[in-house]
Amino acid sequence: MQTFFPHGWGHYLAGGLLIGAGVSLMFLLLGRIVGMSTFFSSSWSYVSRLPYFQQAPLVQTRLWRLVCAIGLVLGAGLWWWLSGPEQAQHTLVSPARLLVGGLLVGYGARLSNGCTSGHGICGLASLSRPSLVAVLIFMAVAIVTARVFAFISGGAV
Amino acid sequence: MKRLQPWVAMLVVLAGGMLFGYGLALSTMISPEVVLGFLTGNDYGLTLVMGGAVAITLVCYQLAPRWMDSPVMDKQFMLREAKLDRDTVLGSVIFGLGWGLCGVCPGPAIAGLGAGNMDMLWALTGIFAGAYLQGWWANRKSAA
Repeated sequence: MQTFFPHGWGHYLAGGLLIGAGVSLMFLLLGRIVGMSTFFSSSWSYVSRLPYFQQAPLVQTRLWRLVCAIGLVLGAGLWWWLSGPEQAQHTLVSPARLLVGGLLVGYGARLSNGCTSGHGICGLASLSRPSLVAVLIFMAVAIVTARVFAFISGGAV
Repeated sequence: MKRLQPWVAMLVVLAGGMLFGYGLALSTMISPEVVLGFLTGNDYGLTLVMGGAVAITLVCYQLAPRWMDSPVMDKQFMLREAKLDRDTVLGSVIFGLGWGLCGVCPGPAIAGLGAGNMDMLWALTGIFAGAYLQGWWANRKSAA
């Protein structure tokens, strides 16, 4: 256990169950399937006149997707307030890596129509074969990329 | 006929989003270091997070449409339509490159802000820019 989970395992499982509860709540009550990456395109519809962003599936869902994103921020804020560390979180990953990585994440997730929540949680829970393939591909590519990068940078995060 | 008040739907979505965000924070997925620790094989916690989330959602997605004609408050259950094509494969490769490089994916980038992680603004800027480029490119292709 110590080898695989050096920081314990309970909080991982509890967090995962809560994520599943949130996704399930929106499906049970409203019938909505919620992946997070679509939010980034639907929000562009507020400011961009490009026909791509003005498609009905984005415009009609943009408000509740925005509300859901606000919920994400508030939920993490609640955790911080109730049980989190006193200092604000920060990361040692450099701004350049976050920016370039984020760019690829945004482009790739929208091109493949899903991310870790869309394909990973909603897709797998829908028993969707395309999503399973997507998850296997992005997991494999991410694992190789992270290891290559750690090797090049001498093991630092 | 059910009549769903828009503000009620928004409250449900807000509550669902909060559970999601609380879960991401509790499971430390909002920390890129933890995600990169998984990707480099030092901590397998992410499998439990994904496993737990998929397990609950799987039961809900599979059973609710069989047991109920419609969601509790609205008219119909959405279907997640996905097809396996070139874009799905290529997009997943690009997503994997980015995720492996920075350890941040869309949900944690948003939720991280709530825990005061302002570094996430860099990632969010990147993700918004990437989503824009994808839309711009798709637009250009369909116009041509």
